[in-house]
Amino acid sequence: MISAFFIFNQKGEVLISRLYRTDFKRSIADVFRIQVVSNSDVRSPIITLGSTSFFHVRINNLYVVAVTKNNANAALVFEFCYRFINIAKSYFGKIDEESVKNNFVLIYELIDEISDFGYPQNSEIDTLKSYITTESVVSSAIAAEESSKITTQATGATSWRRGDVKYKKNEAFVDVVETVNLSMSAKGTVLRADVDGHIQMRAYLSGTPECKFGLNDKLVIDKGDRGISDAVELDDCRFHQCVRLHDFDATRTISFIPPDGEFELMRYRSTSNVKLPLRIIPSVTEIGTSQVAYTVTVKANFNNKLSATNVVLRIPTPLNTTTVECKVATGKAKYVPAENVIVWKIPRIQGGSECTFTGTASLTITTTRQVWARPPIDVDFQVLMFTASGLIVRFLKVFEKSNYQSVKWVRYLTKASGTYQIRF
Amino acid sequence: MSIRAPRKGENYELSVDLNSEYREKRKDAIKRTIASMTVGKDVSGLFPDVLKNMQTDDLEQKKLVYLYLMNYAKTQPELVILAVNTFVKDTDDPNPLVRALAIRTMGCLRAEKIIDYLCDPLQKCLRDENPYVRKTAALCVAKIYDLKPELVIDNGFLDQLHEMIADSNPMVVANTVAALSDIHVSATSQPSTSSSDPGIFSITTSILNKLLIALNECSEWGRVAILNALARYVAQDEKESEHICERVVPQFQHVNGSVVLAAVKVIMIHMRGVRREELLKQLIRKMAPPLVTLLSSPPEVQWVALRNINLLLQKQPDILSNEMRVFFCKYNDPLYVKVEKLDIMVRLASEKNVDALLSELREYASEVDVDFVRKSIKAIGQTAVKIDVAAERCVNVLLDLIATRVSYVVQEAVVVMKDIFRKYPSTYEGVIPTLCANLDELDEPEAKASLIWIIGEYANKIDNADELLGIFVDSFTEESYPVQLQTLTAVVKLFLNKPDSAQGIVQRVLTTATKDCDSPDVRDRAYIYWRLLSTDPGAAKAVVLAHRPPISIPRTTVSPALLEELLGEISSLASVYHKPEETFVGRGRIGADAVRKGTDLSDDRFSAQKALQTVVAGQQAENLLDFDDAPAEDGQPSGLAATEVLSQTPAAANLLAGTSTNPLDDLVSIFGGGGAGMSAGAPGGFGFGGAQAGFGSGMSPVTPSLAAPMAGLSLGGLGQTPTTPAPPQPQPQSQQDDLLGLF
Repeated sequence: MISAFFIFNQKGEVLISRLYRTDFKRSIADVFRIQVVSNSDVRSPIITLGSTSFFHVRINNLYVVAVTKNNANAALVFEFCYRFINIAKSYFGKIDEESVKNNFVLIYELIDEISDFGYPQNSEIDTLKSYITTESVVSSAIAAEESSKITTQATGATSWRRGDVKYKKNEAFVDVVETVNLSMSAKGTVLRADVDGHIQMRAYLSGTPECKFGLNDKLVIDKGDRGISDAVELDDCRFHQCVRLHDFDATRTISFIPPDGEFELMRYRSTSNVKLPLRIIPSVTEIGTSQVAYTVTVKANFNNKLSATNVVLRIPTPLNTTTVECKVATGKAKYVPAENVIVWKIPRIQGGSECTFTGTASLTITTTRQVWARPPIDVDFQVLMFTASGLIVRFLKVFEKSNYQSVKWVRYLTKASGTYQIRF
Repeated sequence: MSIRAPRKGENYELSVDLNSEYREKRKDAIKRTIASMTVGKDVSGLFPDVLKNMQTDDLEQKKLVYLYLMNYAKTQPELVILAVNTFVKDTDDPNPLVRALAIRTMGCLRAEKIIDYLCDPLQKCLRDENPYVRKTAALCVAKIYDLKPELVIDNGFLDQLHEMIADSNPMVVANTVAALSDIHVSATSQPSTSSSDPGIFSITTSILNKLLIALNECSEWGRVAILNALARYVAQDEKESEHICERVVPQFQHVNGSVVLAAVKVIMIHMRGVRREELLKQLIRKMAPPLVTLLSSPPEVQWVALRNINLLLQKQPDILSNEMRVFFCKYNDPLYVKVEKLDIMVRLASEKNVDALLSELREYASEVDVDFVRKSIKAIGQTAVKIDVAAERCVNVLLDLIATRVSYVVQEAVVVMKDIFRKYPSTYEGVIPTLCANLDELDEPEAKASLIWIIGEYANKIDNADELLGIFVDSFTEESYPVQLQTLTAVVKLFLNKPDSAQGIVQRVLTTATKDCDSPDVRDRAYIYWRLLSTDPGAAKAVVLAHRPPISIPRTTVSPALLEELLGEISSLASVYHKPEETFVGRGRIGADAVRKGTDLSDDRFSAQKALQTVVAGQQAENLLDFDDAPAEDGQPSGLAATEVLSQTPAAANLLAGTSTNPLDDLVSIFGGGGAGMSAGAPGGFGFGGAQAGFGSGMSPVTPSLAAPMAGLSLGGLGQTPTTPAPPQPQPQSQQDDLLGLF
């Protein structure tokens, strides 16, 4: 299993180093620095030298690195690295060199708690926060009792929930967030359109509530039995560890005892009947070798009552562009030379409406006859109360011994960031 | 006692602060000490000062002191004894967190001196009423076993662990399983292991049931540990296999990708015991969606998943047949993900989806990264070879690409066209003029050699073939060896087709090759041709213009036996690298066993050779990379890894050199084809039967009987190039040496 865990900064300096096993010395950190940090052409996230393997994940200006000496479980190691990153984000708000340096004591505490002898242990953020805190904990007789509760929870069958939660007002918020992946060819045909959805829940419920969750009536999970065309088909769904997978497998019911607070209940993927909220019609013509003319139209393909917000289009320009003349009726468009794109920001587009960008890029004359690769146009947006897959939450039932009333709220959001690509 | 440091400097200041009367100041000093330790400064001199701060109510401070202890316990074994008392006291603390912390840290100290003091507290903690303490203690047993196995066995800790599998708490069960598996691995890696070794963790039916129950209740990481143990279980009968599969399948829905892959592994293993067609189908069907979902994970996890999907497809080609679109590359995917997706797309290519695939590949061929563009063009060629009806469309795409006149695109397209010509002889001759028109653009040996091969092959249909080849004959001595070899063969082909007009050029090339060339390979080949032509032109025709077997895309890139082994290790490094574990994990007893295992399998000849090479290379790397001494000087990438990074660096290239110094696949196989043709057409006609065998080994898929005796001789010469459709080639060097003796 994991033999050592490191965090490096961009220069390859060690910020955190924890050896879980002693099959090598601290100096292996230097090997990583030479092989990866100072190597400009790293083409794999795993490097094996002799029998030592370095797994690395780059995040902001950091390298999170796990080292193993055996035939380790690669998926587990990477999942662990990402879990660490999420925990760090949740504790410090962000993860970068500064936050790691400022919190190194806490990080050492955390990595010792989430991994023992290289085997990952409890890494539920909520539970961790109950006993690894930024304030110092004083061990006294009273604390002992409290710790006893915490440890029971951290290892129990419902390790994600304490039993004694109490709220005056029992509320549950459900957020359905869908990310649309689109790649459209230059001819306007959809090459790939699918939805990665996740259902985020914030549960403020007393006691040990038993929840049941229902989605669309015409929901087809597991595409074996086709036939209904307007149904919402989910290709696959995955659940938080609180969901009873056996019940789901047998009867397709989603039942669980939720953790207290915020958690991701479910992730799903859908590839059929994807409703694309924004339609982009690009027309890009190269006029000789000195100019490129752009006309890009965005159409909002959803109910008039809804609107898309924070729409950002990134329209690529050739590398030898000098200036771009932009004309837009809505939003603001600007040429960003550093990224070779025109960024067109539209704060809001009402459903059913459309807006157009026209522009001309002037090019310098170059000697090399390099064909322009024409990277795709990238669109980011958010549409509230809209799901691209058509998924709807039908009910959320809460059963608890004390039989209290609970209030439930459901929100829908469809968005794209870096995944909605149109070629031209 | 250690000599006191001078009364100034950072360490002195820290030492003063560590002994301060103010609590906050002491704590701050400990933090600073740890900070220095992290950046690699030697603060071991402060050991006694830090130790004084161990006894405290402040948990955070305790943890910091423990952290310091874990780092320096090894260097200061005498002083660690001083800490033992506090540790033992802490394991009796009313606070379970403190108890667990103490037992966890003691296990990590790894100092022989204190380990004996650890046994009693550990005994107690294994029976602690708090599960958090128990689960920590379980792992502690593995820690001690790592250090001093006798101690664990003598104290009966192993038996205790076995009892703990029945613990009521799933997390304790999971950690117990992890500990036992860890012990099992280190016990079995000892050379003297016998089947009665107490460290061996054999999973019985009663353990199986306990594991299946705990599986649904424990944390995600615990599930992975349990699933790994389930993978090792040998099912008694079909019913049990079915039972295991049914219980494990729900885990496909877990949010953690490593749980999903671990479940896939268990299913792939226990599916072997299932006979019921209907259930098998259902299992396969349920496996596909979670695999696809893994593609929306972060890129590194995605990559691991893709490498494993690649393996799964080799075993179950139809598993994802409708899902090709999800493997389309996104513009901002990292390169390693894109390359893997390309490979999988070609695997999934069928008549149904080939149009979508081709338009994608064409799109990729206009991207920026040269390496990716080349791979995309290669993929077009592989598609053409794989799907007969789509070949024409592929050729058209290639022609479009050649029309862009981007140098590397044209060169790669020419190389790919050669493969298409080999698969579909005399079908796309209309393309030849376009290819020849780009002759001047070519500067890479492989592209040049490919074009020369095409010209030679169709010499009778190209009017100005002698003119074109003449260009290469003129610059013969300046060309690289592969190009020289190819020119030689092409000119001879031309001569055999047009004896009258090519008399002069063949004379010229043979003279240059035998007199002015410094490569023995080229000289030898020229001599052979010369003699052939002068003794029996008819035989020369049979050899040089022999019919070549059509090429095809291999369905698997690893041997069937290795594939089964790797499928049993899904999501491990071995499955990511597509290489057996022994090749990259040094245990000191690799080699003989692993290799013999490979050679026993008759159909496994090539991968056995390859495994042997990688083992050797791995051992070399191990020697080169001495972590203990001065790894910093080891700036050159010296290890051999499956990663492409290394195969591109010079050192690794040298290690790999045993496999293929000759990038020209078709060249040798043509020559081999000649050898095969000769053995078939005119057996023993020319007194160099040894040579026949030598070339024959390059063609062993065609002439296995000839190749078999040669397999040992050409050690290091046989390499499998996984994606190139041509059969493996012999390394000319070693065989040519044998030939020399004959002349």
